[in-house]
Amino acid sequence: MGKLLIKPHRQHPLWLAFILHRLSGLGLAIFLPVHFYVLGLALNDQAGLDRFLHWSDNPLVRFAEFGLVFLLAVHFFGGLRLLALEFLPWSPRQKTYAALAVATSFFVTCAFWLNAV
Amino acid sequence: MLSEAEKPTAEFLDVAIWRGNAKRGVFHSYKVPQLENQTILDVVSYVQRHIEPKLTYRFACRVGMCGSCAMMVNGRPMWTCRTHVDRAMRGIMRGNPLTIEPLRNLPVIKDLACDMSGFFEKWTRAEGRFHPTRTRSEAIEAISPDSDARKAANEAIECINCAVCYAACDAVTGNKHYLGPAALNRAWTLINDQRDGGRNLRLSAVSGKGGCHNCHSQQSCSNYCPNELNPTMSITGLKRETTKAALKREI
Repeated sequence: MGKLLIKPHRQHPLWLAFILHRLSGLGLAIFLPVHFYVLGLALNDQAGLDRFLHWSDNPLVRFAEFGLVFLLAVHFFGGLRLLALEFLPWSPRQKTYAALAVATSFFVTCAFWLNAV
Repeated sequence: MLSEAEKPTAEFLDVAIWRGNAKRGVFHSYKVPQLENQTILDVVSYVQRHIEPKLTYRFACRVGMCGSCAMMVNGRPMWTCRTHVDRAMRGIMRGNPLTIEPLRNLPVIKDLACDMSGFFEKWTRAEGRFHPTRTRSEAIEAISPDSDARKAANEAIECINCAVCYAACDAVTGNKHYLGPAALNRAWTLINDQRDGGRNLRLSAVSGKGGCHNCHSQQSCSNYCPNELNPTMSITGLKRETTKAALKREI
């Protein structure tokens, strides 16, 4: 009876949509203080901001932006899905909406990435 | 005389059944003759009748009406009397046993039998009781089966209290006060019952501590309900009605 990463009762699409929304929210919560710190550099430490911007040209950081935009997009569209679920009349297409939220997020992220490179 | 489906095949099924009490327990392995047509409850009954007479479990009707035989089968909550072994073993790697455990989120009494009293107390806390608006001497109120409220009540009313949704719910695991999908689903049927007079009392009961707003919309309840009910839909209905009532200062 080995321990599974995702317990069997959670192995269905809408639980995965839930955990994706939760983890993307946590990821954004961790990112936001860093984001505001860098914005703060523009006011207080312009040389520091330049150093950061130079560092952010690193290909690895550019690639990480892809993940960040995906987190933002998937949390945004997943959030819209949840608002619709809670405040609009019930629709039986919950799995379709969850898949649509992820697909739209990939589309937005890929569009951003193509634009960025 | 056994029917064709009841005749044992030459194969044996590896079964791991959780045995223990409220404090601790372990899986015990058994070999059960495999039949062509065999439910999980058949497997448990075979073990109890032929191998381990002290095995404790609960069942009554065997036809999916009483809601007493639910267990965790390969980690998923299911009604065992109407779940066939071949369906339960779908997606399980060859060589792995069929695992049977007591329901999650409920205290174990012994082996596969859980204490359901907390589950039913939450039905009471969710104001799952009908509040009549007429006395027995008055005429019975005519309710149109075509009305939106009656249709909404009908969609949620076939609950058999099996606690499969309660065992599937991670919000119940994380919050012992959470009323759970079954009790909230019951409250939703009564909110839509035009004969009921306890609307605001019930909306207050389901919006307080452990109420409907604790649901994370993971929808495991709807995914596993053996009667194909949709408690998530009922809970979102309660969320909307409690929000409206709070804005109007009715609760």
